[in-house]
Order: sequence, then structure tokens, then C-alpha cells
Amino acid sequence: MGHDTAHHESNTGRIWFVFFLLSFVTIVEVALGIWKPAFLIDTKFISMKLLNWIFIILTIYKAYYITWAFMHMEGETKGLRRSVVWTGVFLICYLVFILLTEGDYIYEVFKAGHKSWDF
Amino acid sequence: METTVANTGTEGKTWGGGNKPLKVSYGKMMMWFFILSDALTFSGFLAAYGFSRFKFIDSWPIADEVFNHFPFLHGVDAPMYYVALMTFILIFSSVTMVLAVDAGHQMKQKKVILYMFLTIIGGVIFVGSQAWEWKNFIKGEYGAVETKGGQILQFVDAEGHRIALHDVALPAAHKDREQHQSKNGIWYEKEKALPTYTIEEIRAGFAKKTDLAIRTQILDEKGHKTILSREESLKRLNTDAIGIVEGANLIHNEYGAPLFANFFFFITGFHGFHVLSGVIINIIIFFNVIIGTYERRKSYEMVEKVGLYWHFVDLVWVFVFTFFYLV
Repeated sequence: MGHDTAHHESNTGRIWFVFFLLSFVTIVEVALGIWKPAFLIDTKFISMKLLNWIFIILTIYKAYYITWAFMHMEGETKGLRRSVVWTGVFLICYLVFILLTEGDYIYEVFKAGHKSWDF
Repeated sequence: METTVANTGTEGKTWGGGNKPLKVSYGKMMMWFFILSDALTFSGFLAAYGFSRFKFIDSWPIADEVFNHFPFLHGVDAPMYYVALMTFILIFSSVTMVLAVDAGHQMKQKKVILYMFLTIIGGVIFVGSQAWEWKNFIKGEYGAVETKGGQILQFVDAEGHRIALHDVALPAAHKDREQHQSKNGIWYEKEKALPTYTIEEIRAGFAKKTDLAIRTQILDEKGHKTILSREESLKRLNTDAIGIVEGANLIHNEYGAPLFANFFFFITGFHGFHVLSGVIINIIIFFNVIIGTYERRKSYEMVEKVGLYWHFVDLVWVFVFTFFYLV
């Protein structure tokens, strides 16, 4: 139960900063989701709407702050940080890549009429 | 004998044994690895959701039309406001949790009690909000017609606004049959509740109200649902429709693909279960703080560990929010 005693100064300033940052990003996301600017919907990047890319990037930005500031990952050793973050990031990227590729392939199969699900 | 293990030449090195190379206690490290595995579970669910959505990319329900309720604002189209509020509640309870951890570092028992209490309240409000969201989803709003192939047909007026089933149907004066109840027959069998309207009543009403049209699941290039012409609408309703759907469950879904409902129930349900268990664990630790367990232990590390779990629940919600409601 020995806790490292060097690390006891209060961090409330940073906590509130991160809270306002996360709130602000959420407000931006909701505002964009309601407003839906036409140019962000019409522009596509790697076959996905620019708006959706913005949502995903902002989400990862929020996830970074939750993990680093709230879960205090920034204070952990490099070994722990990498064994948790790199493992997760690698496996998630891999899984998302294969499943989305496969889903898109099945969509093409339905579209080409090889198989019909609306009978 | 002791010479076989005593001198390996690695004494004093980081991984030489007898110390903590990662500089965390066993419990905290295992909480991190639990969180990693749980994150992979959630990613599996969300990636499967993405798979199904890509599979039906041109006919997936539009979240803004599904989740547009707000308490005390009946009939007002309020897309995402409520879920944004839920997100704030969860982020704020994360803040109070991290403040509790911070107060624990300084051994301020009273402050830890206050902040943990606020965290628990936030969690309870969040779970309640999720239950309300489920209720609206299960109950449905407008109702729809289902075809043989499991497609959903919705009704719209001339301007393209949604029309509820009770505004379409022409109720027959004489009902064919009542719901069978075990008290009425010799068979001790129950029958599922009969639909509010039969498909014949819907057809009769639709034929009479000539300004109505049918909206299919198919999305056009702009991302709007396709509205059929009057002739096509009549044809689809009279040849393909087999019954009505009100609300959503695991088999039928008035908003569109049943898979959408399945994933919604499964992912938000699994997340809600995490929030619930987080609240229960928080309550246990909360009482431990009150009775002074961690004062005697001279360390509030348990608060830190449940804090990690609680932040993780918030972290998952950030992703669920994006992929279910925004994208």
C-alpha cells in the first residue's frame, strides 16, 4: 500500500480545465450534428463524409484527455502506458479495418443483386 | 542450495525482481488491464455495429429521427439534446470522481465523501436517463408497416412530414376478433397482444386519404429517406405489406432495420450495466470512506481504482455517443 508521496499537490485547476475542454468539444459536436453544414456533408474523404471524420477525430481527442488527465495515464510509467494504450489501439484499428471492409463488401454483393434480402 | 538462485547478475535492475518495475500497485495495474480487455469487448460491439451499418449503408435509420425526445417537451423535435445532456452528466460525474481522487491524495476525508456522493448521484441520474431513452424507443412514436421481406414502410403527408398510424387507419366498425385470453377458452394458452390496427384498416384509410404517401428505408444521395409516388405507395402497401409495427423490440423495429434496435439495446444496455455496477462499487467505497477504512489504511488508493473504472465508463460513453447518435 506504499504510495509515492512525492505526488500530493492538488490538481484541481487542471481538472476543471479538462472539464471545460470536454464540455466545449461536446457542444461543438452537438452543434455540428444539428446544423449539419452542407459542405461538410457533401465533401467526402476516403469514402466518408468530412463531418463524420470531424466527429471521430473530436471523439479521439476527448478520449485522449479522459485517459491522460482523468485516469492519470500521463503520470504512469512508459511501460504501463504502452502496454495498455498500444495494445488497445493496435487491436481496435485492426478489428475496425477488417469488419468495415467486410461490411462494405457485403453491401456491394447485395447491391449487385447476387443475393437479395428484400424478397 | 541457495547458490542456484541467489546470483543471477540482475539484482538491482528494473526487471531483476524484488521491485515494482511499472511503479504501480498490483491492484491498480490489474484494473488497467481489466479496462484494456473491457475496452476491447466494447470495441468488438461497436465494430460489429459498424459492420452492420456498412452492410446496410443506404437504408440505415437516421438517429436524429429516432432519438428526438426531451422531457416535458411533447411533440417537439429535439434531436440529440437529451443525449447531449446525458453526456454532460456523465462527464461531470467523472470530474467529481477525479476531484475525489485528488482529495484522497491529500487525505481529506470530508471532501472525498462529498465528491463521491456527487459522483454516485450523477451515475444514478445517467442510468435513469438511459431507462427513459429505452422507454421512448420501445414505445415508438408514429408506427409503421412491415413488408414480407422485413422492410419498413412509413407514412408521410404531402409535405413529407411523418404521419402516425392512428391518423392513417380507418378503424373497421366491426372487429373480426378479440385477443384470446386463457379465461375465454379451454386452452390454457395466451396470445400476444393484438396490434392496435389491422393491415386492412391501414389499407382502407390510406386508399381514402389521397394526400398520403409512403416513405421507404432507402436513403437518397442527400441522406434523406425516399418517398414513393402515390401509385407506387398504393402498390407496395397492397402487395407487400403484411402487418403493422409500433415501437421497437429485438424482432421488429418501426424505425427501420431490426439490427439497429438490436445493437442499440445491446450496446447501450451493456454500457448501462457498467454504469450500474460502477454506481454499486462506488457506493461500497463511499461507505468505506465514511467509516474511515482508508484513513486507517493511510491511503485512498481504492478510491483511485474505482475512479479508473468510473472514468472508463465515461470513456466508452464518449464513443457510444459518437457512433450511435452523431455519425
